[in-house]
Amino acid sequence: MLDVRGLRKVYEGSGRRVEAVRDLTFTVAAGELVCLVGPSGCGKTTLLKCVGGLLEPTAGEVFLAGRKVDGPPPGMAFVFQEYGRSLFPWMRVGQNVELPLKQKDLGKARRRELVADALASVGLADAAGAYPWQLSGGMQQRVAIARALAYEPEVLLMDEPFAAVDAQTRADLEDLVRRLWRERGITVLFVTHDIDEAVYLGERVIVLSASPTVVREQLKVDLPAERDQLSTRVAPRFAELRTHVYERIQAAKRGVATAKTDTPPPH
Amino acid sequence: MRGANAALGAAGLAAFLLLAEAVPRLGLVEEDYFPPAGRIADALGTEITDGAFWTALGDTLTGWALGLAIAVGAGIVAGVVLSTVPYLREATASTIEFLRPIPSVALIPLAVLLYGTELESVLLLVVYASFWQVLIQVLYGVQDVDPVAEETARSYGLGPWARIRHVLWPTALPYVMTGVRLAAAVALILTITAELVIGAPGLGARIAVAQTSQAVPEMYALIVVAGLLGLLINVGARSVERRALAWHQSVRGEVAV
Repeated sequence: MLDVRGLRKVYEGSGRRVEAVRDLTFTVAAGELVCLVGPSGCGKTTLLKCVGGLLEPTAGEVFLAGRKVDGPPPGMAFVFQEYGRSLFPWMRVGQNVELPLKQKDLGKARRRELVADALASVGLADAAGAYPWQLSGGMQQRVAIARALAYEPEVLLMDEPFAAVDAQTRADLEDLVRRLWRERGITVLFVTHDIDEAVYLGERVIVLSASPTVVREQLKVDLPAERDQLSTRVAPRFAELRTHVYERIQAAKRGVATAKTDTPPPH
Repeated sequence: MRGANAALGAAGLAAFLLLAEAVPRLGLVEEDYFPPAGRIADALGTEITDGAFWTALGDTLTGWALGLAIAVGAGIVAGVVLSTVPYLREATASTIEFLRPIPSVALIPLAVLLYGTELESVLLLVVYASFWQVLIQVLYGVQDVDPVAEETARSYGLGPWARIRHVLWPTALPYVMTGVRLAAAVALILTITAELVIGAPGLGARIAVAQTSQAVPEMYALIVVAGLLGLLINVGARSVERRALAWHQSVRGEVAV
């Protein structure tokens, strides 16, 4: 579904040349939930913006369902970390969710249906008339997720969406993403700096190196599909996986070269 | 709290009027040039029964409203175009900085040469003075667009026109409102000035006539009317601002989350 080949991004400006992303190649299959995790400042956001067509890569290509991405593609929705700035304060919740749909040739009745359905599935059915700033942070991020869902994307890109909410809200939102992914069969690419979150959420975790970024390891998460905050997080396998990813990230921070492996650690 | 403030305001105004009545009567100032407040009030009462006064008021309001409307429309369009077309802002910045400080009244001779004492003369001065107020605010407002909001709009496939309408315009609106409020006040000043100096029909011209015919209380009465007009315009502009920006943090106040 999503095919990233040899992606490279170099920022140039005011005499400085920063290579944020060196060489990234990975694929995300249709209906997969993949977490990208890496040390902070490793160019995760840059990578995601290139994938989403918001930034032009210096080299390399991104394909969505076989078509080259050269601008925000219609089959992709983006959820930003800064929900407060990503939602428009001058529009009510319902209008925020509906706005992207107005760019798609949809009838008014169909738009309303999509908005109501998306808000209901994030548990905010009765918030359509409120302004975003009247809601708590977690609720605002739910609205942003509803806006993405209503857009009916094939691929959902999420850029550290829960970095700015408190721990309890974060746990709820993680379960929400798992549930929506299973219900709707959307392909999700989820960027995070939180190792536990990556292992808890993902079917696969891609570990990135420090900047300039390359793929360090791809790890299949062989936890059961049915996950919950209590039992999954204390399962021995969860601990093994998270320890493994943690070691990899620490090594990445130190810049130690380790052999690239695509196999999960032994049981 | 609010009631107490209103009471204090009323008391202050009463004290001021009392002072304006007492000072000339006590002979502290020349009564011929500074008539007591009571005589000004009498003159005002006579004025409002005179049809010519209402015609003059209508002329002034026409000049003000037309000039303001043209300035606001032109300022918004020019501001959005200047800041959305690449390089245009940079190319025009120095010219704007040169033209903007030219006092509108310096254009009076030009206005007289072009249009005599017609309404167009008033409009030229009003538009020139108010246009910059709006333009500068629009230019600032457009720069205030949040990059995350802009990227959100782009990621959902909003084209340039939809982004102007749904992101740029609402972001700039608080600035535009400030610009309009400033422009409304400036437009009134310039309308009265043009009428007073050029003699275009209106309140200003009537003040000039009262002055040359030694009708001092009438002159003050007309000045009071001009002041009340300014007050009403400011109050009106603020209430429009509050309605249009109910979502904005400067208006919405604290919200329980």
